[in-house]
Amino acid sequence: MHKIWLIIKREYLTRVRKKSFIIMTFLTPLLLAAFMLVPAWLATISDSEDAVMVFDESGIFAEKLESKPDLKIIPVAAGSLEQAKTAYQETDYTALLHIPKLDLANPEGFRLYSKKNISFQVKFRLESMLEKEIESQRFMASGIDREMLNKMKANITMTTVNLSESGEQDSNVWVTSGAGIVGAVIIYFFIFMYGVQIMRGVIEEKTSRIVEVMISSVKPFQLMMGKIIGIAGVGLTQFLLWVVLSAIVVSGVQAAFGIQPAPTPIEQMQSGRAMATGEEEPEQTEETSQTDTLSEVSEAISNLNFPLLLGSFLFYFLGGYLLYGSLFGAIGAAVDNETDTQQFMFPITIPLIISFIMSYTVVIQNPDGPVAFWMSIIPFTSPIVMMVRIPFGVPASELLLSMGLLVLGFIFTTWIASRIYRVGILMYGKKINYKELSKWLFYRV
Amino acid sequence: MSILKIDGVTKRYANHTALDNVSFDIPAGCIFGLLGPNGAGKTSLIRIITQITGADSGKIYFKGEKLRPSHIKDMGYLPEERGLYKKMKVGEQLLYLAQLKGLTKDEAIARIKEWVARFEIKEWMNKHIEDLSKGMQQKVQFMATVMHEPSLIILDEPFSGFDPINANLIKDEILRLRDNGATIIFSTHRMESVEELCDNIALINRSRKVLDGPVREIKDTYKTDTFQVIGNGQLLITSPDFEVLEQHDNHGVFRASIRLLDGASPNDLLRYLIQRVEVHSFVELVPSINDIFIRKVKETYHA
Repeated sequence: MHKIWLIIKREYLTRVRKKSFIIMTFLTPLLLAAFMLVPAWLATISDSEDAVMVFDESGIFAEKLESKPDLKIIPVAAGSLEQAKTAYQETDYTALLHIPKLDLANPEGFRLYSKKNISFQVKFRLESMLEKEIESQRFMASGIDREMLNKMKANITMTTVNLSESGEQDSNVWVTSGAGIVGAVIIYFFIFMYGVQIMRGVIEEKTSRIVEVMISSVKPFQLMMGKIIGIAGVGLTQFLLWVVLSAIVVSGVQAAFGIQPAPTPIEQMQSGRAMATGEEEPEQTEETSQTDTLSEVSEAISNLNFPLLLGSFLFYFLGGYLLYGSLFGAIGAAVDNETDTQQFMFPITIPLIISFIMSYTVVIQNPDGPVAFWMSIIPFTSPIVMMVRIPFGVPASELLLSMGLLVLGFIFTTWIASRIYRVGILMYGKKINYKELSKWLFYRV
Repeated sequence: MSILKIDGVTKRYANHTALDNVSFDIPAGCIFGLLGPNGAGKTSLIRIITQITGADSGKIYFKGEKLRPSHIKDMGYLPEERGLYKKMKVGEQLLYLAQLKGLTKDEAIARIKEWVARFEIKEWMNKHIEDLSKGMQQKVQFMATVMHEPSLIILDEPFSGFDPINANLIKDEILRLRDNGATIIFSTHRMESVEELCDNIALINRSRKVLDGPVREIKDTYKTDTFQVIGNGQLLITSPDFEVLEQHDNHGVFRASIRLLDGASPNDLLRYLIQRVEVHSFVELVPSINDIFIRKVKETYHA
């Protein structure tokens, strides 16, 4: 036990003291802060005002189109389009909108002239203004009052509520999905980054030929586990430092510049959804619905079961890492250099990548479906998939089954890995294939 | 008393036998040569002694006890394939390896200081291994092998990669360690390189022990009672007690290899010669370990 502790300490300290580790640890929170703050900062300075000249030959729109704070409408009275164009040339307005004489049943011929390329946003807003106006005109023509219509239009937001034994809780699908995805992504990258570090470490020991000196002092299993645990410590250290430093940097920058961070991915998803469905909420309700959503989101966040989330995150974080880490270690032992690792890396990375892709497609759409269920039970995919499911609520029995299988899976892969490891580390200059590897499992050493 | 007793050790790999019923004793406090050509099974045997691998059958006793993991810390092993952690500093590396051998941190630091003074390498302590020359790395590795003062030191091809100066330094250290009571096993295929150092040897060929025992006794057994004589005069041997194997004459100087036949002693030959010629040199032709090995291997093949 004392020896394995020495190994853990060495693996940990040599990595934590590396320049690359220190740089990564301090640079990443700064980059993260930059990612959050730069868009917010850009948004505050890029609010320039657009002004559009409107030459209305139809006479229907000129009075109806209203200026918005960031989009001015300037009606122009001109004899002909040519005159309007010359008038526009003399100004520095963004564009000139030409509305021809038109038939309400079949409105066409709208033209937007500009000196520079016009932004999509301006075009889009002008179009929707015109559409709205044409609709009103048509309603009037068919005897429906716009006011009346607005009264009739229904606008609802649905609050999702989880009914469970512990009582009712407001939930938010976006918050729930977001919490799971974040956990899954972190686990995925952690397994990859630090799994490969284990593999490199083993290859380094092999190529520098220290390994025979080492295993004349310690058992191969101790050497392997010491390395895996030591590197897990490096990963956890880096992760914790990132969390703490990010929090400090972000709150520090916010306090210093008074900038709100850019919308979180959850909010972006939400506005994205609104845009995708093409539903245009009436202007006056937009503000209130925005604040509704915000309060709903923060309430949903506070309603997440944090102890459970955090606990299971740590469990799957470590479980997944140990399961894959020992396999990465075995690969390192089986090959002589990093270029030979490809063929063995493939079967290990496949379940990881599949579970990662499935987790934000199939699993998130149907967190209680059969795919999600099986993938969250099988140890090779459960660390990632289960993290996505947990915020949606997973029966305790399923969670325990999944965790139990993960522990068994990790014991199993460690057994396999230690068998390959103890043979592989003393084997040089031999091209290894799967048949050879499977023989190693049952070698008597 | 023997420090290591190897009793009928057999080790098989998938498609060949590395050791076939090998038995011999290694007396305590001697320098023991484990000799044989490449691939004979030396490294396999060492790996079994250092418990890197296990024997398929047979037993090994260390200081009279059956070999067990706790014996590891009383052994030092310098493998043929040398290696250290390249990115670690010399001092850290020595401390780490010494602690893995069971020394406490304070003990390890004290020993490191002692060895650093002996090898005069104080200025290396904060250098990374990768910044050292190959010879320096070898010295560090040798220190790491013996720092915990094991009673059994196993050196696999110890002089490969050393320049003559460092090789002599290491030889002196080995003799000093032996005088302090340690037992040293040399494993090498270059038999001439350790012949003069070894007190006892075992010869291994094709996974079998061919021969073992004290070097002096082995040489006595295999000597052919042949003497080389150099001198002035006309040498013509007519006595039936001696047989001339080879003779060269050159301007009155002769050089001859003469074998004693039944019952004749070296002094008989000398007396016989002195009456006839002027003797300048009279040397027994002792077979080298290499010669003995070749003879023995031939015998086993023909047998």
